[in-house]
Amino acid sequence: MSANTIALPVPQSTFPYVARIFAKEIRYEFVKMMRTRAFSLSVLGFPIMFYLLFGVSNRHTEFARYLMASYGCMGVVSACLFGIGMGISMERAQGWLELKQASPMPRLAYLAAKIVSSAAFALIIEVALIGLALTLGGAHVTLMESLRLIGVDLFGSVPFAAMGLLISVLVPANSAPGIINLIYLPMSFASGFWMPISVLPHWLQRLAPALPTYHLAQLALSVIGAAEPGRMMPHFQALAGYTLVMFGAAWIIFNRSEAKA
Amino acid sequence: MATLHAHPLHASPTSGAWPGSDPTIAGLHSVTKKYGQTTALDNFSFRLVPGEVVTLLGPNGAGKTTAIRLLLGLIAPDAGSVRVLGRDPRDADARTHIGAMLQVARVPDVLRVSELIDLFRCYYPQPLAAREVIRIAKLEGFENRLFGKLSGGQKQRTLFGLAICGNPDLVFLDEPTAGMDIESRRALWDEVRALSAAGKTVLLTTHYLEEADALANRVVVINRGKTVCEGTPSEIRRRVSGRRIRCVTQLDPVFLAALPTVSDVKQDREALVVTAEAAEDVVREMLRRDPTLSGLEILSPALEDAFLALTSQN
Repeated sequence: MSANTIALPVPQSTFPYVARIFAKEIRYEFVKMMRTRAFSLSVLGFPIMFYLLFGVSNRHTEFARYLMASYGCMGVVSACLFGIGMGISMERAQGWLELKQASPMPRLAYLAAKIVSSAAFALIIEVALIGLALTLGGAHVTLMESLRLIGVDLFGSVPFAAMGLLISVLVPANSAPGIINLIYLPMSFASGFWMPISVLPHWLQRLAPALPTYHLAQLALSVIGAAEPGRMMPHFQALAGYTLVMFGAAWIIFNRSEAKA
Repeated sequence: MATLHAHPLHASPTSGAWPGSDPTIAGLHSVTKKYGQTTALDNFSFRLVPGEVVTLLGPNGAGKTTAIRLLLGLIAPDAGSVRVLGRDPRDADARTHIGAMLQVARVPDVLRVSELIDLFRCYYPQPLAAREVIRIAKLEGFENRLFGKLSGGQKQRTLFGLAICGNPDLVFLDEPTAGMDIESRRALWDEVRALSAAGKTVLLTTHYLEEADALANRVVVINRGKTVCEGTPSEIRRRVSGRRIRCVTQLDPVFLAALPTVSDVKQDREALVVTAEAAEDVVREMLRRDPTLSGLEILSPALEDAFLALTSQN
């Protein structure tokens, strides 16, 4: 540059300053998801409503425990795919994401807020399901089982956050809800969220291990002793692999569109 | 406005002051930006000097928004360079001293005005106090309303508030008054003037010529990605020569067209409109020849005419 220019001293990104951004971003993201009725009512409402229908009608049976675990997985997947996939895609279309990008907000804070808030929704759903199972479902659930279920749900939020992110960079806002339902509903059915996979048609059972939802369901069901026989480690590995592939793909696509922009 | 204090600006010691040249706070240097087949900016150069209010004026598709998006680091140029406060705007640190109001920004409807301000303030290392933002953006009384429940003008004012949250030195306003009624528009003009009075540099794009006339120290007219001309609003107006004389007269239009410096004679309802460079001489001659002449008006060309003339030339 030839003419003399004005330069400002580099502001130091101190830890409290960055931590504050993350905290506020997460807080308002959660408030926003809560107040967006179309999101919060369906994501919180469906697993709870279905449990009241199918869990309570099978009270005092193993199935009341089964649905407590499997509907918790449904909560994880729907919170992440709708909260992150549809959320980012809509905010990009509205220009809110761009306004934030024009500010000094760290991109990671935006992403972290979405992931943490979606995981918080998954947590609320699981706690509600455990409460319903213990009361209306007449099921026995130990504290250890409850904590392990919640742990599985929080761990499971990571791969589905990655999937949500991939959807958000691929799918335009107006078709996002439809496409997410097209992915999410068949996947949750084929993975045993609704009924044990052993009662599904044979070809579906063969297909299930290709789905990330199957591995999540197996981890959650293992907590209550309802998983298919076998070791649990491969399920963790499969979910970790899915996470890497989907985050990686989202990252590549995002950077390509950035470079083109 | 004592509370809207400017950050101390340090001229970079390495850049070597050129005698007589103003320091640049932000600029585009020979920037070309294409979207597929369309060239949004074509070898476009532009710079902002601290403390000035500059208007980018141009018809739709002229490249105004592209210029702002480049300066905000939202997009990268195909060729040329973009510098803001001595840095590449794609680097987040450069954005701590910038505020922006974008054309297509819809804020989440379910957050309150005060919450949005709280959120945006935390992004900046030295933000303005929340009550200052509310006062300057005239948001008193509906801080606790959800964004979705605000009127169009209140929404724009909230977006303006978000733009000043970080107490920026440089403010980009992309069509800030689009869709506003005249009253809200004038209120926003006052806010822009307050920014300017506080020593901020403001770049705004508009297609309201009146707005450029009312606010800008300097107007840059662009069309098809190139600068058509630049100058103060009155300099731009002067580009279109001649003033318009409007009056009711019995004089023959053919005769008037033959008078020296007259470039155009038009019938406008009951009156004639004569465009002439030496308007005084023409009026003197007309008054001498037609004692019944009435309803005399002499008009400077509006910026609008200048603008239309300038952008239709190329």
